[in-house]
Amino acid sequence: MVFDTILSKHVSDSKNGSLLEEIPNYVGKDFSSDQDVRWCPGCGDYTILKQVQNAMPDIGVRKEDVVFISGIGCAARFPYYMDTYGLHSIHGRAAAIATGLKVTRPELSVWVISGDGDSLSIGGNHFIHALRRNVNVNYLLFNNEIYGLTKGQYSPTSPQGSTTKSTPFGSLDHAFNPLSVALGADGTFVARAMDRDPKHLNEMILRANQHRGTSMLEIYQNCIVFNDGAFGLFTDKQSRPAETIYLEHGKPLIFGKDKNRGIRLDSYKPEVVDLNDDISPDDLWIHDEQDSYKAHLLSRFFDTPTSGEGHFPRPFGVLYAVERDCYDDLVCKQNLAILEKKGEPDLDALLEGPETWEVK
Amino acid sequence: MTKHSEYRDEVTIRFAGDSGDGMQLTGTLFTNTSALHGNDLRTLPEFPAEIRAPAGTVPGVSSFQLHFGSKEIMTPGDICEVLVAMNSAALKANLDRLKRGGTIIANSSGFDKKNLNLAKYPEGKNPLTDGSLADYNVIEVDVTKLTKDALADSNLSNKDVERSKNMFVLGLLYWMYDRSLESTINFLDKKFGKKPEIAAANIKVLKAGWNYGETTETFASRQVKVKQASIAPGKYRNITGNDATVLGLVAATKQSGLPLFFGSYPITPASDILHGLSRHKNFGITTFQAEDEIAAISASIGASFGGTLGVTSSSGPGVALKGEALGLAVMLELPLVVINVQRAGPSTGMPTKTEQSDLLQAVYGRNGESPVAVVAPKSPADCFETIFEACRISLEHMIPVMYLSDGYIANGSEPWRYPQVSDLPDIAVKFAPKSKEDEKFLPYKRDERLVRDWAVPGVPGLEHRVGGLEKQDETGNVSYDPANHQKMTDLRRNKRDKIADFIPEQEVDSGNEQGDVLLVGWGGTYGTIRTVAHELRQEGMDVSHAHIRYLSPFPKNLAKLFSGFKHVIVPEINDGQLVRLIRAELEIKATAINKVEGLPFGVEELKSRIHNELEMLNSKENSELELPHGI
Ligand code: SF4
Repeated sequence: MVFDTILSKHVSDSKNGSLLEEIPNYVGKDFSSDQDVRWCPGCGDYTILKQVQNAMPDIGVRKEDVVFISGIGCAARFPYYMDTYGLHSIHGRAAAIATGLKVTRPELSVWVISGDGDSLSIGGNHFIHALRRNVNVNYLLFNNEIYGLTKGQYSPTSPQGSTTKSTPFGSLDHAFNPLSVALGADGTFVARAMDRDPKHLNEMILRANQHRGTSMLEIYQNCIVFNDGAFGLFTDKQSRPAETIYLEHGKPLIFGKDKNRGIRLDSYKPEVVDLNDDISPDDLWIHDEQDSYKAHLLSRFFDTPTSGEGHFPRPFGVLYAVERDCYDDLVCKQNLAILEKKGEPDLDALLEGPETWEVK
Repeated sequence: MTKHSEYRDEVTIRFAGDSGDGMQLTGTLFTNTSALHGNDLRTLPEFPAEIRAPAGTVPGVSSFQLHFGSKEIMTPGDICEVLVAMNSAALKANLDRLKRGGTIIANSSGFDKKNLNLAKYPEGKNPLTDGSLADYNVIEVDVTKLTKDALADSNLSNKDVERSKNMFVLGLLYWMYDRSLESTINFLDKKFGKKPEIAAANIKVLKAGWNYGETTETFASRQVKVKQASIAPGKYRNITGNDATVLGLVAATKQSGLPLFFGSYPITPASDILHGLSRHKNFGITTFQAEDEIAAISASIGASFGGTLGVTSSSGPGVALKGEALGLAVMLELPLVVINVQRAGPSTGMPTKTEQSDLLQAVYGRNGESPVAVVAPKSPADCFETIFEACRISLEHMIPVMYLSDGYIANGSEPWRYPQVSDLPDIAVKFAPKSKEDEKFLPYKRDERLVRDWAVPGVPGLEHRVGGLEKQDETGNVSYDPANHQKMTDLRRNKRDKIADFIPEQEVDSGNEQGDVLLVGWGGTYGTIRTVAHELRQEGMDVSHAHIRYLSPFPKNLAKLFSGFKHVIVPEINDGQLVRLIRAELEIKATAINKVEGLPFGVEELKSRIHNELEMLNSKENSELELPHGI
């Protein structure tokens, strides 16, 4: 905590006996609350919940120090199902609420749970500002390309032309590319995972947690009721190998069923190539999480032609991860520096002000 | 030359000039000197709405009004008797604020052809010479030239010379009102510590202004003396409403022992609170300039969830944006203080003009049944105590509190008998203790005041979830049960209403405890209504005055107090808001006097409107007497 106050005293007193440093041997189900989970059967949210709960014992934080904050939407019910501190707030505002909490309680592990509508429509402003400030929170954006809770209107990530309840003749809006938005807002950690690959999802959750700063993890989440199969291309066994590429830092960009295709950079123009006698993995684009230009290129493997030349597989994994001072650290540092410079505050002197007079 | 002194018990001076002429500083320095002299006083600065309106034009005029006296001074004065006009635009913009027969001190070089054109006087017309000011006492002084003369042998640039001309005017006025130069000289020495030649030049010009008064024929018989006022003994300083709000927040931080988080988004006329607080971070205060109004309140709610006192500030339009999040804080039952420095609305309205038209927004302006507490300061200095009260109520009752200041008191200033920290009350914060083994924590369990404990993250065993969805009593689990919703609605309302047990009963500010007429006010109209009540009593009328600080819930005895008067009259700078609350909540027949011009009531104006209302009320009564059964 930044300041030594009755708050810091209350919290540290309450921890006496539970040995501050010691982390109990949690298992995933220690993090599930007593509330019945109310998502539609088969909803992708279930896997995500499970993987977050599974990741919790590995983040090295006592559960009373974990806070989940959400906005509104199907995903936003998430905090109710976690046996940690939780706040289910209002539409779009989770990032702003998390910022206020993290800045005043930087020792807490703060998680924002949001959806595509929550983060990119009504809460778009808070989303980009959290990223540019680089508040040290983990931001899980459940993208199902639809409004589920309000029963099936198109969302800012629904592809143009989507036929939904509110767009019977097709949507006209150009869709957001969440990872490009995050990179454009100077996010320091930008990654993608999907509900249908729980192992990789779990890894990504842990990576997000490790990163200091706003860790933006987009998770493709299937809404079985209103947008089933939106990500089928990437999740179906058949199409998956050709349509997805898993990124690993320092490794060449290889994909395909037989791991026989790769992506090569012709100066800064990416191209899909077949690995053969002439082209070895060494000739391929080697993934570098710290290269913002390449991260941007990867984020554009998105609105590519559906097939043929210029079509790229969708990247999963960490596109971009760099160190930059996080906002809550800067706030603490500045507050402490001011305290040091100005010394112990003297309220009497402050009330008196620069000029006074006495009436006798 | 013989010197005549005239004694007066009050004087109102208005300093007016171009934004670049330093009129705010001139006024402030005169204010400080008068305060040190022992006068009671009130001030009101008025800034141009545009940041850099073209120099010399009417929209570029900045003015500062000071009302000081040897008697109780409660308002900045309706109209002034002395108008300092540094240029033609300043005269044009302010002439209607000058009393007939008042004195105009005009800087004649500000009335040259160029300045007259800029001020849009008709071609060839100069008010100083065309006889249009025959009703006034015009004193032309070529301030610009006299300043240049005074600094003839200095090496200062023309710009620096030009800049110090306000000191000439100040020196001249100090002579006119027999004030000491000392505090201003000290100020200049300190302000220009690193540039002693500038300090020396300003002091020289200040003295030149004084000497000009002393030696010039025109002024020979004009020295006016205003004696010390009888003011309660103690140590005083001068303070604006926004500054007092800042200090009150710092004091609440100290007295509660909590850290404070202040989330805000710049907006006129509230921004100075953000500026002020951001300088006091060593007091356990974090300030956050958010991306928008909604983020500002949301971040404050996040801080409150974590156990910090969350405060957010804005003005009407910004508060409208905060509405949904405020409802969340009502549901979460967390402390939160929302500062609204009201301005003229609706929509963007008139940002630099005052109004008290957000009372109903504060009390009712959210979706659903969403009770919050509402308090309002009555004067610049009272902002300190009232914001402290807002914090106390919010923390002790776990409820959002709206604090309704306004542009008039936010920028206005008055002497403040500042307290010692040892005199300040403590604010009791109750955190939920660590729960006992195997005991399920109930986040919405309440004490006898219906207040829940504040359970903050980091405390083992209290892990719980809260949110904006309706919740079951005690457990806080989501609930759509009809009976529970009724119960929770009742609880939230009753919790707010119970605050009435922890605030002072309503007192009469002046006049009898019962009688003919009770003037009821709230917020920044206090000084005017108090003065009016006093003057009406001097006219022989039976008039009392009550000023309401606690607007929701009302003090418990309010209805009873009101029922002791034949007429309850409620003057407000809006279209009738407190009067509606009084009629609706207390079922009291009250008469409204309203004004929505972006300006405060003048004392004379309000007096005559009260006379008119009473005349109508009495004639109605008489006609009712004649027709006992009505028609
Ligand atoms: S509507 Fe869609 S996203 Fe929402 S719970 Fe059901 S399946 Fe999941």
